[in-house]
Order: sequence, then structure tokens, then C-alpha cells
Amino acid sequence: MKTLVLVEHDNASLKDATLSTVTAAARLGEVHLLVAGKGCAGVADEAAKIAGVGKVHLADDAAYEHQLPENVAPLVASLMADHDAFLAPATTNGKNIAPRVAALLDVMQISEIMGIDGERTFTRPIYAGNAIATVESSDPKLVITVRGTAFDKAAASGGNAAVEAVSGPAGDGASEFLGSELAKSERPELTSAKVIVSGGRALKDAETFKEVIFPLADKLNAGVGASRAAVDAGYVPNDYQVGQTGKIVAPEVYIAIGISGAIQHLAGMKDSKTIIAINKDEDAPIFQVADIGLVGDLFKIVPELTAKL
Amino acid sequence: MKILVPVKRVIDYNVKPRVKADGTGVDLANVKMSMNPFDEIAVEEALRLREKGAATEVIAVSIGPAKATETLRTALAMGADRAILVQTDEEVEPLAVAKILKGIADAEAPGLVILGKQAIDDDSNQTGQMLAALMDRPQGTFANEVTVEGNHVTVKREVDGGLETVKLALPAIVTTDLRLNQPRYASLPNIMKAKSKPLDTKTPADYGVDTAPRLKTVKVSEPPVRQAGIKVADVDELVAKMKALGIA
Repeated sequence: MKTLVLVEHDNASLKDATLSTVTAAARLGEVHLLVAGKGCAGVADEAAKIAGVGKVHLADDAAYEHQLPENVAPLVASLMADHDAFLAPATTNGKNIAPRVAALLDVMQISEIMGIDGERTFTRPIYAGNAIATVESSDPKLVITVRGTAFDKAAASGGNAAVEAVSGPAGDGASEFLGSELAKSERPELTSAKVIVSGGRALKDAETFKEVIFPLADKLNAGVGASRAAVDAGYVPNDYQVGQTGKIVAPEVYIAIGISGAIQHLAGMKDSKTIIAINKDEDAPIFQVADIGLVGDLFKIVPELTAKL
Repeated sequence: MKILVPVKRVIDYNVKPRVKADGTGVDLANVKMSMNPFDEIAVEEALRLREKGAATEVIAVSIGPAKATETLRTALAMGADRAILVQTDEEVEPLAVAKILKGIADAEAPGLVILGKQAIDDDSNQTGQMLAALMDRPQGTFANEVTVEGNHVTVKREVDGGLETVKLALPAIVTTDLRLNQPRYASLPNIMKAKSKPLDTKTPADYGVDTAPRLKTVKVSEPPVRQAGIKVADVDELVAKMKALGIA
């Protein structure tokens, strides 16, 4: 099978989410990558070095600069004439583009696969991860999004693939990118952080969240996450949210502070290697999944922990 | 301008789903069902646009069994003007849903289609994007803020790194994220009034759509259970454990 993987990037560098998608694609067959963007030749060079990649398609055009799905999806669909499966990381970008590709190809997408059971058989979470479905596709082409935490990352070096320029149809200009407000942080990104410190509603307000959570995260060089309740209450912006409708993470260590452990939140972090929970309620559901739990007042515990580490 | 709002009847978000013992699916017998929460946000947004004068009519549509009428009545009680039920007892995949919605959009010519970014049962996150492709119209997914001005809609989107803003020519498709708005509750008088609002019943065949599934569900199983670990007594013990893990 010949696969085409959508490379996630910001025109300057390749994002890690690409690497686990490459691993999934390699399980199906030959791996080709697509770098669509503007001024992104450097990303294509980076992509060509990923271990196991056969070819990199580079579509360098202003129409693809901001990953507008109206422009990228027709390009992907045209390249699918020569490929059997399209795989995108299950990031907001992949989720934006892949279903549009699927509809153009008249195939049913298989969302957020966690496992590959056969050439056309995959496992995926349903009901916020409360059940796992095994599905088999009868479509002539496969369109798949890949849950990053479920597959190891392919090695970022060792490959030597050829880069080939491609062009394709773009949209009709009915959509326009106006701008973005991207969080700038010195901390590791949530989806690639080795350690994550996450706070919940118990943190009271934005100021307290900052005072309690950030010093511990800085000490551990950790990414900072939050529960939906903390995001909805405005303590931190939406990109901090860990959970079924936020980010799915699986770090080495996940430290949940003042998070009760709603199903929705657990769905986003229960694949973490070690879970540490600090909560004043000893019956909180978070303790049912935590490897190490400490019951008590987080406002006393967390500063003490930060000081002693 | 008309706004079309597709809504799905799903297991209530407060109910913990149970996998059937024979592995064929999730047990929905005698389980409380409600409108998909993201779709509730979509209905609310459509109503607010109508209240601001940006839209004239809000049409709710649901594809599902006869009982999906209840979900449509909820949308009507919230304030939608009329409803369409596309009745089928089969499970309809997002691709076929998108095809049916395209048929309805062709007939109704809405300026906006607003729908939830995903349904909390199959968690596919596909229908809006697929509909946009089939209609060959722009999409604003995971909306955090929606503003209609003239013949454009500006959508602020929740993306992995923060927020992003796109401007789309109408007609356009918008999918809702959690923080777009807080849906209203239907008042008792409005629930009563909803009973007499028009509700048309159609079938997938009326739109010439074949709903035969493309994906076969081989089995549905419980996720692996994570075992609870240990509790430590104090911070010193926690520090020792963290040091043993090599993170401190």
C-alpha cells in the first residue's frame, strides 16, 4: 500500500505530531509525505530525513501558507490518485483537513486511530474513550487521522528521501486567513512534554493558578495543562485544555493538581506512564487512575513540593 | 438569511456508557438520551444570530429514528422556527449524514450551516468538514466566536496553539467548540409552543442518499482499565517517589 502523510508544520519547522503518524503509515506500507505551505522548503528537507520515508512531495504556494482546508484538501485529493491511504495527525489541523479530503474522495474517514489490526482494520476510541471500536473499511481508499500518543515517534533522522515539487488545484478564495493569537511559551508543548503539571477548578482563579502551578512546572521543566473546568472558568486559555475535547497527552509523568477526574479529562491523559494526583477529596475519581496519590490541601502541598524538589 | 442547524440525538453526557457483553456496541436500552452538547451550542449560536438580525429563520434538522423528534422539539423549544426529521432506524455514518444535509441545503439554501464539531457518541469530528466539501463552500471549524457581516462570516477558531481567525464568504459551514456560548434553557411556555411548530418528516431516499455503511464495526470493547496505585502520606514521601522516577 502507498500512503501519503500530511506533514504538520508552521512553514519553519516540522511538528512532532508528524512522527507518530509516519510510524502508523509505515505499518500500512510505503510512506510518502506531503509538505504543503509557503516558503517551506526547509520543512521538506527536515521531512526527507525522517527514517522510513520514501518520498517527500513539496507544494510551495501562497494558497497553502495557512493550511486553509479549502485549498489543501483539493491538493491532497489530487495526489490520492497515486496513493492508497491518506493519514493526518489528529491535531486541530489534521481534523480540519482530513474529513474534507474524505468527502472529496467519497470515502468514510477513520478518526483518531489507536491501533492497526490489519490492512483495513483499525481500533479507535468512541464515547470519550469509554469504549474502543474495531472497524474495517470497505472503501477503495483510506482516509485516517492518527492519535499521536498511540504510536511511537519515527526517528527524525536517518532517512534520505527525494523531495519532489508538486502543484495542484486550490480553492476559489472563498476563505481568507485573518490572523492568529498563538500562545508564546518557554515551556515544553503539551503534546511532546515529558512531564505535565495540570491544574483544575480548585485553583480558584487565574492569579492563583499562576502562583501555584507555574513554579512547580518551571522546576520540573514541565508543560502546563488544565481541566476543562479551569479553562471554562478562565484561569488559562483554551490551548491548555487536556481532555477528550482538548488535547490528548501521554507524558512520562502527569501531575494532576486539584483535578477531580471527570471522564472527559481522564480520556485525555489516562495513557500517561505515571499519574500523580494531589486532591483534598480522597474519593475523587482521579485517585482511581493515579499511580501515586496525595490527599490534602494543594495550597500547602504544592508550594512545599516545589521547595523540596 | 436562513440558518440550518443539524442536531443529533445521543446518550446523555452525564451517563457512563456501558459496552454490551456480546461486544456489538454500547448498550442504549433504557438510557437517557439528549441533544449532543456541541449541537446545543450550535442551536444557541443560530438563535443569537437571528436575535441580532443577522438571520431570519433557524431550521433544525435531525437524521435518526422517530425518537429524534424529541431532540428536534428541544431545538424548537429553545427557539428554532421549524424542523425536519430525516427518519431512519439505520446507523448513518458522517459521510451519508453530510450527503443528506447537502440535499437539505440544496433545497433550503441557508446562508449558514452551524453544527457541533463532533458528536459525543462516535467522536468522529467529520460531518461539518464533509458537508463543506460536498457543498464546495468554506468551513470554520471549532468556533470560539462567530460574527456575520454582510456576505461574510468571521470565525475565531480554537486551534492547538491558541486561536486563529478566518473570514469566509457565505454560504459557509461553522462547527462549534465548547466556549462559543452557554446554551439557554427552554422555558415552559416555549416547550408548550414548540409542540405546534412545523416539523416535516423525510427519508434518506428523498435526498437520493444511500446510507449503507462503509465501515463495518467488527467489535466494541472496554478500554484497558488502569489500576489505582498507592497513596503517600506527605510531601517528603512524594518527593522520594518522584526522585525514584527520575523526575526530580
